[in-house]
Amino acid sequence: MIASLIQLLTGMAEASSLFLVAAGLTVIFGVTRVVNFAHGSLFMLGAYIGWSILSRMPRDPEYFALGVILAGLATAAIGAALEMTLLRRIYRAPELLQLLATFGVVLMVQDATLHLWGPEDLTLPRGRWLRSAVVILGERFPLYDLILIALGPIVLAIIWMIFTRTRWGTLVRAATQDRDMVSALGVDQRRLFTSVFAMGSGLAGMAGALALPEASANLQMDLTAITDAFVVVVIGGLGSISGAYLAALLIGILQAVGIIWLPKSTLVLVFVVMAAVLIVRPNGLRGRKLTAARGEADTIASIKPASPSLKLAALATLAIAIAAPFVIGPFALSVLTEMAIAILFAASLHVMMGPGGMASFGHAAWFGIGAYAAALPVKLLTVSMPIALLIAPIAAGMVALAVGALVVRLNGVTLAMLTLAFAQIVWAVAFQWSDVTGGDNGILGVWPPSWAGPQAMYFLALSLCAGGALLLRKMLYAPWGFALRASRDSTQRAEAIGLDTQRLRLTAFTLAGSAAGLAGGLAAFTKGSVFPTTISIGHSVDALVMVLLGGVQTMAGPIIGAIVYTGLFDALLLATDLWRFVLGAAIVAIVLIVPQGIAGLAKR
Amino acid sequence: MSILEVQGLTKSFGGVAAVRGVSFTVEPGEMLALIGPNGAGKSTCFNMLGGQLPPDSGQVLLQGQNITFLPPRHICRLGVGRTFQITQIFASMSVRENVQTALLSHHRQSWKLWRAADTHHITEAEALLYKVGLATQAARPSAELAYGDLKRLELAIALAGQPRLLLMDEPTAGVAPAERAGLMDLVANLAREGQMAVLFTEHDMEIVFSCADRILVMDHGSLIAEGNATSIRANPQVQAVYLGTAA
Amino acid sequence: MQLTRRTLLAASATLAAPAIVRAQGSTPIRIGEVNSYTAAPAFTLPYRNGLMLAVEQVNAAGGVLGRKIELLIRDDAGKPADAVRLAGELVSDQKVDVLAGGFLSNVGLALSDFALQNKKLFVAGEPLTDALVWEKGHRYGYRLRPSTYMQAAMLVDDAAKLPAKRWATVAPNYEYGTSTVKWFKQLLLAKRPDVTFIADQLPTLGKIDAGATVAALEQAKPEAILNVTFGPDLTNFVRQGNTRGLFENRSVVSVLTGEPEYLDPLGEETPEGWYVTGYPVNAVKDAANLAFIAAYKARFNELPKMGSIVGASLIASIAAGITKSGSTDSEAMADGFAGASFATPFGQATWRAQDHQSTLGTYVGRTALKNGHGEMVDWRYVDGAAALPSDAMVKTLRPA
Ligand SMILES: Nc1ncnc2c1ncn2[C@@H]1O[C@H](COP(=O)(O)OP(=O)(O)OP(=O)(O)O)[C@@H](O)[C@H]1O
Ligand SMILES: [Mg+2]
Repeated sequence: MIASLIQLLTGMAEASSLFLVAAGLTVIFGVTRVVNFAHGSLFMLGAYIGWSILSRMPRDPEYFALGVILAGLATAAIGAALEMTLLRRIYRAPELLQLLATFGVVLMVQDATLHLWGPEDLTLPRGRWLRSAVVILGERFPLYDLILIALGPIVLAIIWMIFTRTRWGTLVRAATQDRDMVSALGVDQRRLFTSVFAMGSGLAGMAGALALPEASANLQMDLTAITDAFVVVVIGGLGSISGAYLAALLIGILQAVGIIWLPKSTLVLVFVVMAAVLIVRPNGLRGRKLTAARGEADTIASIKPASPSLKLAALATLAIAIAAPFVIGPFALSVLTEMAIAILFAASLHVMMGPGGMASFGHAAWFGIGAYAAALPVKLLTVSMPIALLIAPIAAGMVALAVGALVVRLNGVTLAMLTLAFAQIVWAVAFQWSDVTGGDNGILGVWPPSWAGPQAMYFLALSLCAGGALLLRKMLYAPWGFALRASRDSTQRAEAIGLDTQRLRLTAFTLAGSAAGLAGGLAAFTKGSVFPTTISIGHSVDALVMVLLGGVQTMAGPIIGAIVYTGLFDALLLATDLWRFVLGAAIVAIVLIVPQGIAGLAKR
Repeated sequence: MSILEVQGLTKSFGGVAAVRGVSFTVEPGEMLALIGPNGAGKSTCFNMLGGQLPPDSGQVLLQGQNITFLPPRHICRLGVGRTFQITQIFASMSVRENVQTALLSHHRQSWKLWRAADTHHITEAEALLYKVGLATQAARPSAELAYGDLKRLELAIALAGQPRLLLMDEPTAGVAPAERAGLMDLVANLAREGQMAVLFTEHDMEIVFSCADRILVMDHGSLIAEGNATSIRANPQVQAVYLGTAA
Repeated sequence: MQLTRRTLLAASATLAAPAIVRAQGSTPIRIGEVNSYTAAPAFTLPYRNGLMLAVEQVNAAGGVLGRKIELLIRDDAGKPADAVRLAGELVSDQKVDVLAGGFLSNVGLALSDFALQNKKLFVAGEPLTDALVWEKGHRYGYRLRPSTYMQAAMLVDDAAKLPAKRWATVAPNYEYGTSTVKWFKQLLLAKRPDVTFIADQLPTLGKIDAGATVAALEQAKPEAILNVTFGPDLTNFVRQGNTRGLFENRSVVSVLTGEPEYLDPLGEETPEGWYVTGYPVNAVKDAANLAFIAAYKARFNELPKMGSIVGASLIASIAAGITKSGSTDSEAMADGFAGASFATPFGQATWRAQDHQSTLGTYVGRTALKNGHGEMVDWRYVDGAAALPSDAMVKTLRPA
């Protein structure tokens, strides 16, 4: 079968849709360096607002165009408000903190949208012109898809004109290349950032409204859009608009053709493409090496060993953790077990992110590999739990070593996105290889042996996880940890004193993977089951949120973050229907009050 | 034997020739200055000696051993220490920890996983900090240091590796003029005591003429003169391209 | 393995025992319900309304065994592991008597496994996977909705009558989708050996690339299509299919599409003449349905959806099961539910003793467009009992 012209055109239409969502994200990132997780939410809001406007208007093309523009303006206003009230306050905060803040916004917008527009998918009635098709080589092709195909390049051209022909655009381009230059030019950087954020948000909103003729406005579209947009932006090269279009074209066409050859390929195709592109071209198709992000130097604050009061608090927490099972009920015990596992999960990510300087968007991969590596031998070979718990960290560590060998030479968002791509590939394997992994039904009945009741399992989890976290901490204060931090602080200096920075990073990567694998193995036994959702993007985000919430700067940060996030999540889940909104608001509040993370409070 | 022998080193960046066929030697215990106007190619030269940049052609021999394409960490292990034009230190550590980290690496203990790093080599670290005049600052976070002190710290880090050859790219830039001479005297003394050779670049001519045993002058990527202070001062070509523009 | 697991269960049962001592009669019967409220609100919110309405009705009528029913609802956000944890909270802290719920198949299976481990009764409402009552069926697990097998079986009669020989399928890539396609193929081939399946599209759930999917199906030139997608995926698929003419001169058989939560969003683009399962809420005329619709409208000021029916029937089925068991003891209920008969808005249904599947049926009909809205026409109610395989076959499918 040869891909037909229709297939190609379909891919190009899809590419335009992808590009429209991604364009705003790349503009925003290029200038402000904000990893805006809420971009998908703005896209979703654009769709809902667009629906509210368009479903009240006549169905003629001119009204459609007007409605789309209005929706774009409305989201631009929302974006500007978001920038002024939230992001502006944290530009100088540690890297990725904006990610945490905007994650809080995502949660809030989800509930707000549900309550404003209701649970049902909203579909826009289409006028005749939107339903019509043109005949190409004997086959019908939607007119609207043709419009989309044209719209991609048109929007690209308009953005290009704005950036090259206007003073504002020149400033934006200058800021993309060198932030300090802009302040040197005497331009109000705050207004520039706000306007750029508004423009990016407006593009997202227009993309949302433009999706309406072919899709519904629904409550899942935010997360779908954000992953797609990120992938496109990263493949294209961060901050490069034309790169984003090329990347969208690549993905759109590959997807449209791939669907014939291998229908299931849609599950991971984009991530495989992303991994391939980034390994060959770390800066993406058209990206260049980025100048250091604003305030990056500030983020490397000194790390002091725990103060006496912190040590006391840690001991008290441990004492409570040991005494608790004798007082609390079974569910509270399961929450504590969950917390213990979360602590190791977060602490392992922290090794990479903090001292290792390698942020990961796919840390759940190791957790998941550990979980499956523990569960499968139990199910297939009736291996005993202690051995399974030994296999988990080894398996995760070995895969981490192999993947790390490919990726540790890279940096920043590129590295983080590669870990994400890898996690998605692992997820797809777990999801698709049903004969072995049980597919989406997971593996059930991975129960611990009879001697290990919930209490025993809690103590096992507590000792292994708290012990593991303490061991990691010990290693970070040992010469290896100093060498690792040295590699992060200044690779040049580290190499010049004889350190093999790549190998140090690789060991940190492997160690982190292995520790997360142990956490995963424990999770398999304490929950009695493993599902592909343990490898989902959401679970990776959980790990990031825990580390950032607690604070990357201190060794106590991830531990505090894990306890607070797990506790907050469980408490809210039971307390209110609006748990997403409240959790999101709490995260935003924490970001604003203690940008250094909760552990930063202790330092004050 | 010369400690370092550089033969026909050449490097260009996308058509711009930064260094063109530079050859020279460094003798043991010698203070050798490499001077030249901004953009002459000094740092690029240094980066090729230290392994940070691969040359397009030419060779670097360290006591006869070809180190041309070795990575920086191997070159360091062979006894070459260096400082950077823009100081490179470990900003998340205290001043002493910076030196301890370098000492740990020098003693090949960086892969140890147990005993806390800051309990290693304390006396040695403090001795080095004393030498460079940072003894009182040992416990401070290095990120808080004044720029001049950062230069001193970087020197201490480089010295921790007990180098036979020390490369210093603008060691006194940013240091208060009053302290410059002291700092360079210190380096000169170390060189004489330990038979360590020092190759440095410097824009402050007083320092150059008072400290350097020998001076190399670069312009537009090429060496244009070589000699002692007197001969360099008298060299008309140097005066034309360099001294005329220097402060 | 087997031995150790049993021992564990015995141990946990003893631990739990003292807490269950409480005054009968005065304390309410607690039903713990776990569902994907935030992940699938379009279905689960009407479903929750149905639950609440039914609980109010049962309690107004004097409750069950003289006790009121109390409903505790938890949101699993679509994650099976969280569902299991919340089930733990309901069982151990809230001391619920019965567990219920589930939307996605994998969550349902996870809850069912939890119920087996903890010897707690679990009544699945919506999850459609057959594994719940067959491969992974067990003493403590019951399931209300017609399963993927039953949905396929209900549609296959109409499908077999079609002249079409070349079929293509499109289904979301997860348990529900793949299992429906599997049964449909098996059942259709049994009736029509001359049929061939020439293309299978398996878009990722919630992420269909509708244009490409439709183009790929078009390229295969099938005579008929089986659609298993639902929700946002279905909307996108139908819109692209309409514009590209995929459904013209082709027969389409489509699972669940007649349910209001999925049909309503199609609006004036509802394709006509599809063979679907669903709920013709605007057209039913029987007393049970009308009474439920009236009560639901009075309470929530909107028409019920399929989710509302499932929610209400779920409560009714549990109430009847407990009444028949005469106790809320898990063992008594595990036996007692079997054979219990209960009234639903769709009419009377029974818990089959053989596989713990209820005989609640669903409506089969064809889609039509009326006044810019999708509706079901030519519909008939198919009792679940009629769509179940033979007892002998079930026996081979379900472990002893
Ligand atoms: N990475 C690079 N890419 C492109 N050009 C470079 C690069 N590094 C240096 N150059 C160019 O090479 C030339 C030599 O630069 P170099 O930094 O070696 O000069 P320098 O003598 O150290 O000057 P200064 O006294 O200002 O430090 C300059 O023209 C510079 O712009
Ligand atoms: Mg220089």
